[in-house]
Amino acid sequence: MSVLEVKFIGDGDALEHIVDKQEEIPSSSGAVQKMVSFKSQAGRRPKEDAQHDGDENVFLDEQHYIEALGTENAEEDDEGVHRVAGSSIFSFQKSRRGHSMALTASELARTPGKSVSFGSAPDIEPSTPTRKGRNNKGESRTPQKSKKVQFVSTTPHRLRKRITTPSVQDSDSELSPSDCGEDDDEDGLEEEKKEDKENLKTPKKGSSAALYKTPAKKSKSEALNQPSMVEEYFEAHGNSKVLTSDRTLERLHTPKLDREMLGQLLGEKPSCCAKEIQQLYSKHRKHFSKWMLQLQLGFSVIVYGLGSKKSLLEDFRVSHLAQEIHLVVNGFFPSITLKSILNALTCEALEQEGSFRTPSDQIQFIAQTLKDSPDLHLYLIIHNIDGPTLRGEKTQSALGQLASLPNLHLVASLDHINAPLVWDQFKQSQFNWLWWECVSFQHYTEETSYENSLLVQQTGALALSSLTHVLRSLTPNARGIFKLLVNFQLENKDNPSYTGLSFQDFYQRCRESFLVNSDLTLRTQLTEFRDHKLIRTRKGADGVECLIVAVDPGTLMDFLENEEGD
Amino acid sequence: MSTSSVSKGCFVFKPSAKKKKTLSLEDHFIHGCEGADESKTRFNQCQDLWDQIKTDTELLQDELNTKILDSLLDFTRKCSSTRQHNDWASHMRASEIPTAALVLGVNVPDHDMTFQSLSELLRQSVTPHVASVQAKECGALKHLIKRVLERLLGTDVTVDDDEEEETEQTSAPLHKSVHCSLSTLCDWYTMNTKKSYSLTPGKKRSSPVKDDLQQPPIVIIFKDLEAFNARVLQDFILICSRYIERLPLMFIFGIATSPSTIQHMLPHSVSSLLCIELFQSLSCTQHLATVIDKLILTTHFPFKLNGKVMQVLISIFLYHDFSVRNFIKGVQLALLEHFHSQPLSVLCCRKKEALLNVMQLGHQDLERIRQLPSFKRYVEKQEPQEQEHLLTDDTHLKEVCRRLIKDLRKYHKHYYPTLRCLHTLTSSLPRYPLGKQIRELHLICLEKNVWENEEYQSAMKLLKMMAKDELISLLKKCAEILQHSKSKNMKSALLLLEAMLAKFKQLDTVVAEPPPPAEESITSPVKNLQKKMDLFQLQKALLEMNESRRSKKLSPFEVLRNEALQFIDSLVQSHLSPPESQTLYEVCYYSSSATVRRHLNAAPRTSIQAALNSPFYYLQNDRLKSEDGSVSNAAPDICIVYKLHLECGRLINLFDWLEAFATVVSAAEGNDPDSDSFGKVDDVKHARFIRAVSELEFLGFIKSTKQKTDHVARITWGGC
Repeated sequence: MSVLEVKFIGDGDALEHIVDKQEEIPSSSGAVQKMVSFKSQAGRRPKEDAQHDGDENVFLDEQHYIEALGTENAEEDDEGVHRVAGSSIFSFQKSRRGHSMALTASELARTPGKSVSFGSAPDIEPSTPTRKGRNNKGESRTPQKSKKVQFVSTTPHRLRKRITTPSVQDSDSELSPSDCGEDDDEDGLEEEKKEDKENLKTPKKGSSAALYKTPAKKSKSEALNQPSMVEEYFEAHGNSKVLTSDRTLERLHTPKLDREMLGQLLGEKPSCCAKEIQQLYSKHRKHFSKWMLQLQLGFSVIVYGLGSKKSLLEDFRVSHLAQEIHLVVNGFFPSITLKSILNALTCEALEQEGSFRTPSDQIQFIAQTLKDSPDLHLYLIIHNIDGPTLRGEKTQSALGQLASLPNLHLVASLDHINAPLVWDQFKQSQFNWLWWECVSFQHYTEETSYENSLLVQQTGALALSSLTHVLRSLTPNARGIFKLLVNFQLENKDNPSYTGLSFQDFYQRCRESFLVNSDLTLRTQLTEFRDHKLIRTRKGADGVECLIVAVDPGTLMDFLENEEGD
Repeated sequence: MSTSSVSKGCFVFKPSAKKKKTLSLEDHFIHGCEGADESKTRFNQCQDLWDQIKTDTELLQDELNTKILDSLLDFTRKCSSTRQHNDWASHMRASEIPTAALVLGVNVPDHDMTFQSLSELLRQSVTPHVASVQAKECGALKHLIKRVLERLLGTDVTVDDDEEEETEQTSAPLHKSVHCSLSTLCDWYTMNTKKSYSLTPGKKRSSPVKDDLQQPPIVIIFKDLEAFNARVLQDFILICSRYIERLPLMFIFGIATSPSTIQHMLPHSVSSLLCIELFQSLSCTQHLATVIDKLILTTHFPFKLNGKVMQVLISIFLYHDFSVRNFIKGVQLALLEHFHSQPLSVLCCRKKEALLNVMQLGHQDLERIRQLPSFKRYVEKQEPQEQEHLLTDDTHLKEVCRRLIKDLRKYHKHYYPTLRCLHTLTSSLPRYPLGKQIRELHLICLEKNVWENEEYQSAMKLLKMMAKDELISLLKKCAEILQHSKSKNMKSALLLLEAMLAKFKQLDTVVAEPPPPAEESITSPVKNLQKKMDLFQLQKALLEMNESRRSKKLSPFEVLRNEALQFIDSLVQSHLSPPESQTLYEVCYYSSSATVRRHLNAAPRTSIQAALNSPFYYLQNDRLKSEDGSVSNAAPDICIVYKLHLECGRLINLFDWLEAFATVVSAAEGNDPDSDSFGKVDDVKHARFIRAVSELEFLGFIKSTKQKTDHVARITWGGC
């Protein structure tokens, strides 16, 4: 019977049969064939296989994807820019040795730029030694840490300095877990410890090698192996303690620079590679008319890349938009809001008086106005569309709605590395971006000037001027109340346990100086202060309300001096 | 006026009205593009082409949507008409809100167009009361109802003449929002229907759905159902169901994922109030296939994309958004770039104009032609005398160019029908060696000679095993395709093919004749197979079988089949060569895939990290050059700081960081490493460090932390 069946099989069926066989054979008949058939399939067309697995034919294999979008095109990149592969950008955290930064620094210091004169004498260049030597030094340190020998060396400071100089002074960086709260206490000891270490270094060297044994070191050497990535990840994250040295900026003779000083210092030194940066800039400038073309065709232009692009966009604005109605938005401005942008659009650009209930009403109005007058073109330049206050979903979707209007043209810049995450597909298509890579290498001077950098000393100039301004508009009695609080706070400025002036106490004092006659008056006054953010209230340990002026003592002194002067 | 201020973030600039002289689109195009002479013509060509593409795709979109829109319209009509019947079933249904669940697919950017045409169609033919709402404008129930009322009353207000009502609405906003409830809508609706019924009898009645208009339904379109707050939606539906007797409400849900979202979002108690009918729209891949078919695989548009650009656009489509709109945007960009950057694109237009334009080419343009790689190849193939002619004689070159342009057109005329033929033949083969979709085959053909492709060989092998019926039907389809072509070559190919088909038919009549001597030879080895044997023997037996089959005399059908396939093969070989082999292909083909990719599918983070890692690629300064991928110490501060921070763990000690930075910078400054001040932190270095660190913070690599004094936290990993 089976024979008969065989006879009637048509070519097409036979074909299917053959194909089926190809797949079935391996499973039924041994490993050898399995290997063979698998290979032939995979080798012949991995691409198609992957493609046809999916119903809609949308799955190409990864390799293919990379070819299409990434590597393949990178080589024909006009500027020959080497791309950083994704795998290196988005990888796991690795556990690091505490001194590896110092290591890199010394390495960098050793590899001179070509024309750096310093390279002329590489052998004079310290000692700094190969990787191995460094590690030894690190090793020698390890055992001592636990000992905490207090030992005052007699070596003159100068000399000691000389010994350690080798560029990297990592030898004294104590490693300690991040959650140890005793940093301050140890600070005093550090100097001594450092000295003791230096003394001990030489003798210990030999023996310490045996003691040296950290898992982190091991993983470092394995770092090249791909499979160990997972282990490394868990190693790095398994321990919540991070080892870093306890040294603080207090060690510098000027721990904090203020903003003005900073500007002064930076102004003196010309930035490196100014010529090349200028070249880059003029290269980007050439695209301006193309931007205009693309803007008018309904695209939005977005520029990205390292370096501030503010001056570039500003240049574009001045050279190409002088004849158009346009709006510049500083997205990095700390208190920029959607409302202010929309208000600027409606009130100033479109000259519409009156208020709107909601932003969406306002957008609708703008859309309607622009629709009614198709010859009216509005240009919107947003520096840092990813600015901290513009990041919100609502703001971005509102901006997207604006950008999708045919006669509103948007040019924006973007700096945060994760900025594109704020747009989903829908928003992206509303914006209709055309991306322009404009790496400028210019300093983000203005963009970072609003930031409260932890390294910069707050001068308090702003706080002072706001204090004086608010105070000037108050009644003499109110001023007196405030001054009373300030004086009390200054009296207590050296008292670390001072938490503020309690209300009752304050009231008493105010009465004594004939400033208020009832506690209601005082409360009203305090509310006013609070509204102007002059004072803060805090619940004390005993549940009593305590009042403090949220300004540092120096500024308060200045303030009082000013008041006296007046 | 400056745009930096400590008190303001928005700056408006208005030009003085008198000297308002704006540059047109054209000026921007001409300015800064290469070969300014004919840039004007090029610009016009570009605009024309784009307009054509745009209208064509819009038409296409409408066509594709007609089916689903028609069924939706039918649905709405049916719903509104059943309300007027008084039978038992409709009473039962009356408490349910008729709902159309429209499954549109994940290509959200394309949905807008669909909804737009849908609401237009609805307004035209079913009801004037259409309101579409989006999730983002309806955060709370109040807003949702407000939007619905606004859209319904608002549109109606503008349609009717009542000026007062409109001003009232805007002037008394507070008053209105208080009263925003469905009962207002009810009142408005009854008044409105009465009014339009009694006062304006003729105006809207002209439409065919006359009787429906007595009670036109109120259609509310939820554009993106998934994004809606489930609570809001539930409440809204509950409220609406209370009014269903007085208001002929109807919903349309736009769904991007799957119909089961309705069940996820709405509990049974709510969904039972809806009478849901499901509508499935065309899938986006099908949409793309049609667009490619009508836009790319046609001779209508002289502008072409080369393989790599196509690949990039299709990849963006498949891996990123499934959006046909974005695909078209990519085509637009390529079109613009092509006409902007290629001076010879002046020849990229219809045949007549192209031939005219050839005659008007200046000397410079002719030189450009001579520089084209494809033309150089062409010249090399000519006789030495002809070569000289081509390179020196402008008029002769023009003549040749005319011919070459014609050739290029002919090539396209042959290419597309042949491609379609090959696709019809191979698209149904098992395992699709040449792809399921015609775009895949097109990509292969653009890349290199398809017949040298391994997949092509295997496809041919499979075709050679095809059964008669299948083969004939496929060949018939091919003949149909060829019929549409007007070129001479294709006509003759068609004749040949038809002759072959006739022969196949003849076989049918003579088919009784074949003697069955082969039977034995086939059956005997098969019989052998029934026996038990080991693997080796089986292999041998199979080989033998194969051998005997091969040696077997071919049946007339097989002969004919081979002949037909040979014919197809020759057709492919003569017409499906990649465009790069054609002379002057540069005129029509846009080839800079890198540009397209960079503008459409940029990777800002990669760019930033590349710049930080290897500033040399951007700043061509020798001092920045360094081997083995590290950064030279003369690099900008931020690069050095970045490089140093890569060595740290989750927390970075600022002091250590500063010291390391100072070391590097002193080395770069050329300080004597033995001197006392080497690596010492002075104020300038400190300031530079502060600046670099705050820049890194601005870019999002680090953030301040309170975990430990003078430490910052690192928030990216890897990147070395």
